[in-house]
This record gives sequence, C-alpha cells and structure tokens, in this order.
Amino acid sequence: METFLHQIMAGIATGGIYASLALALVMIYQSTHHINFAQGEIAMFATYLAWSLINAGVSYWIAFFSTLVLSFLLGALIQRIIIKPVERAPVLNVVVVFIGLLVILNSLAGWIFSYTIKPFPSPFPKEPPFGWSIISSHELGSIGVTLVLLVLLFLFFRFTTLGLAMRAAAQNPDSSRLVGIRVSRMLALGWGMAAMIGSIAGMMIAPVVFLEPNMMSGVLLYAFAAALVGGIDSPLGAVIGGFIVGILENVLGAYLIGTELKLSVALVLIVSVLTFKPAGLFGKNLVTRV
Amino acid sequence: MNVLLTVKNMCAGYGQGHVIHDINMDIMEGSVTALLGSNGAGKTTTLRALTRMISMSGELHFNGQRIDTLATEEIVRLGVAHVPDGRGTFTGLTTEENLRLGAYSRNDKPSQQQDLEKMYGYFPKLRERKLQQAGTLSGGEQQMLAIARALMLRPRLLLLDEPSFGLAPLVVQEIFDIMRTVNQLEKVTILLVEQNAAMALNLADHAYLLETGRLVKSAAADVMKQDESIRRSYLGA
Repeated sequence: METFLHQIMAGIATGGIYASLALALVMIYQSTHHINFAQGEIAMFATYLAWSLINAGVSYWIAFFSTLVLSFLLGALIQRIIIKPVERAPVLNVVVVFIGLLVILNSLAGWIFSYTIKPFPSPFPKEPPFGWSIISSHELGSIGVTLVLLVLLFLFFRFTTLGLAMRAAAQNPDSSRLVGIRVSRMLALGWGMAAMIGSIAGMMIAPVVFLEPNMMSGVLLYAFAAALVGGIDSPLGAVIGGFIVGILENVLGAYLIGTELKLSVALVLIVSVLTFKPAGLFGKNLVTRV
Repeated sequence: MNVLLTVKNMCAGYGQGHVIHDINMDIMEGSVTALLGSNGAGKTTTLRALTRMISMSGELHFNGQRIDTLATEEIVRLGVAHVPDGRGTFTGLTTEENLRLGAYSRNDKPSQQQDLEKMYGYFPKLRERKLQQAGTLSGGEQQMLAIARALMLRPRLLLLDEPSFGLAPLVVQEIFDIMRTVNQLEKVTILLVEQNAAMALNLADHAYLLETGRLVKSAAADVMKQDESIRRSYLGA
C-alpha cells in the first residue's frame, strides 16, 4: 500500500511538470493554432542557463528567477526573429520551422555544454518532508511550485487587463486590432511566457532525469499527451491532463508494463484521445449563434 | 465645421486588383455621413481601407494627421472606432470583458467604469447579459455589444458597417436612436454604411453613393432623399 501511495505521489509530482509544459504548449496553440515542437528544447536550453548561473556561484533561487527572465526574453526573441516571418505561412512550413528550431537548440546545447550528463541541484532538502516516507521533498516542492505557477497564471489571465488583451488577441486578432491591441506584441509576450513556464518545468525535472540535451524529449511527449487528454485549447484541461498522465505513467510503469515501456503510455493516450475524443476532456465546443 | 477625415484618391482591394477606385471624401467633424450602395458596391471594403484592415493606396488625413501609413491598432488609438461587418464579437469572452476591451487603449481607469455604466444605460439588455459568453447573445444583442464596445474607446470618429443587418425593425430603430444620441450629445462623428437607405438618410447630414467601387454621387442627405434615381433604386418609392 505504501509503495502504491508513493507511486501516486511521484506521479503527481512529475504530472505537475508535464502540466507546466502542457500549459506552455496550450498557450501557444491558443494564440497561433500551432503546436510548438521546440517547447521542450527551449525548456532544456533555459535549464542549461540556470545550470551555468549556479555553476558560476549564483545561489539557487537567484539563478531560478534570472532564468525565468532570460527564458522569457529567449521566447519573445524567437517569436520576433524566427516565427514572425512565417506567421502567415501554411501550417507545414511552420511545423518545419519548429522542428528546425528543435534541432538547432538541441545541437547548440550539445555544442556549448557538451552531451555529458550533468547533475542539477534541487532547491529542496534531501531528507523527506516531516519524516514522511511516501514523498520526497523535491516531489513535494515541485508540486508546490507548479501550483503556485498555476494560481499566478490564472490570476493574470482572469483579472489583469493585459491578460484579457492576450486572451482577446488569441481568439480574434482582427477585432483585437480594432480595439487597439498590438496583436503582434501579444504574441511575443505569449511566447515569452510559454518559454518561462517551460523553463520552470525544465528546472523542476532536471534533478530527476539529470541535465543533458535530450532530457526533455520524453517529457515533451508526456506533455503532448497531457495537453491532448485535457483538450488542446483548454489551460485547465492541460493541467488536469498533466496530473492524469503523470499518475498513469507511474502506476502503470510500476505495476503493469514496467519502466522500459513507460513512454508508450503517452503514445497510447495520444492515439486513443485522438481516436475517441478528439476535443479532449475539457476541450470546449464553443457555442456561437450565427 | 472642420473636416475630421479626408480621403484622397483611395484605392483598395483584396490580393491583386482593386475593389474600390479613386475614392475622395470629406467627413465633417460632428456630422453623420451615410455611405449608400447596393450589395457588392464596395461599402465594407471602403470602411476596411479606412482603418487599414486591408491594403490600400491614396491618402488619409485624420484630424490633420496622415494616417495611411499607420497600422490598424495605431489608427484606432487616435480615436477611430470601427464596428466591423459581422460585428467582430469576442465570442469566447463575456459581454463585460468585450466592453472592457473596447477601452483597452485608454489610460483613464476610473472613467472606464463610468462609461461601462453609461453603455448599460444605453443598452439595458447588455447589463442582463454581462457575465454571459458573448457568442451566445442574439444577433441584435451582439450588434448592440459591438456598438457599445466601439463607444468605450470614446472615439472621435465612429465607423459603422451595416448596423441594421439581419435585425428586427424594432431593434434597428433602437440602435438608430442611440446613434443619434451619441452624435448629438457626445459629438461623435459617424460614418455609416447602410443598405437600409431610408433609415440612413433620416439620420445622416450628408450622403455618398457608391456604385461598383466608385463614388457616383455626393449630396446633403435631404437632397439625396429627393433625388429621383435614388428614390427609385434605393428607397423603393
């Protein structure tokens, strides 16, 4: 029973990380209707930036917040320089650009930081919290970080004018321009925020999977599954999907199919959702009157 | 009266080829101008060109400033509100969020709340629907919402694209009454595109007639009403 509980808890912890990355995917999908295949690599690259800062002697939390700022800038710059020119291009062109971005960031990280696996520190203590045996401090801490992030994002999109403008620009760019919203700026902002959210996922998963250029490839697959399970256009769905995928992955991996086949859980989920419920659990069919 | 908007030799269209040719107009400050024409004459295209939603050539001067090089959102920020064809509702947002977006480019937070109240005064239906998803509003309500959203900008110039389209006569009457109020009390200059020529000419001071992409007539609304060919083709009398 206790190992089962532990599997659930570990699932919630990694699920939170999938949820964050899925949320980053959903944010970009909502505003551009593109799946950003390079989202994981942006997160990986940001984690390397954090690692460099920590290695240079900067304390963890200062490095953490500096990385948030840097990854925001990285995301916004990528949108301005690379994505903006193909904004109106056919979808396949955009997909190729995303894949190119994935390969470039991956190789760049390997070239700059080498492919050797590096440990990445956790900001949370080594010993389990309050002497509990079912969850480690890092797992509990990363659940906490995810929840704080989600609440902040919710408050931002729900209650600030800028958040409202970003939602508007994502939904209806033409009408947004007609109320004076600088839509292109909102897209850059969205990319920046998505990169920032992704970087949190990267820094939280790195102590578990270790830091190397390919560390996010599996995570990104789980995040896709999470976003699809929840509904690719629903931020809440992405979050719940993330936790579902995290728990399923851990429990099935431990009791049913073994750790080697864990990744196939994500693929099975992706295929089944697309076959049986393409809108996902929370993907909404908008009610409109015409 | 001053000229608020001058349009010089404006051509515009979609992709290659022009839909409207060589449009010249002067919109007087404080006036209501009607742009009449049948289906496909280029009325919507003209309005879209004025806020540069489509590519255009020619000159636009708004309040003494060249605006034909500015992006749509920058023109809007100068005080040009455009109620587009199809109403442009943010269907996934609530009614109140739609209205707040109308004031997005303004910097005076406190008076936005007053304006919100004022819009609910003009259109009490919108208050009843304020937390409802705007896509579920009826056609008439969405038209009211589109006009109210445009007014939240506190515009100097209001461009209206067929506000009567597809609406019940009573609703049309209500909307036209409010446009008159807005013009007279708040001194908002209005450029109105309409197929319903009779309604438009009753409200307007001046009218232009557009046929197959060219302006063929420009006259005071009263003169236009008496014009024999207009009566036959557009007023059904």
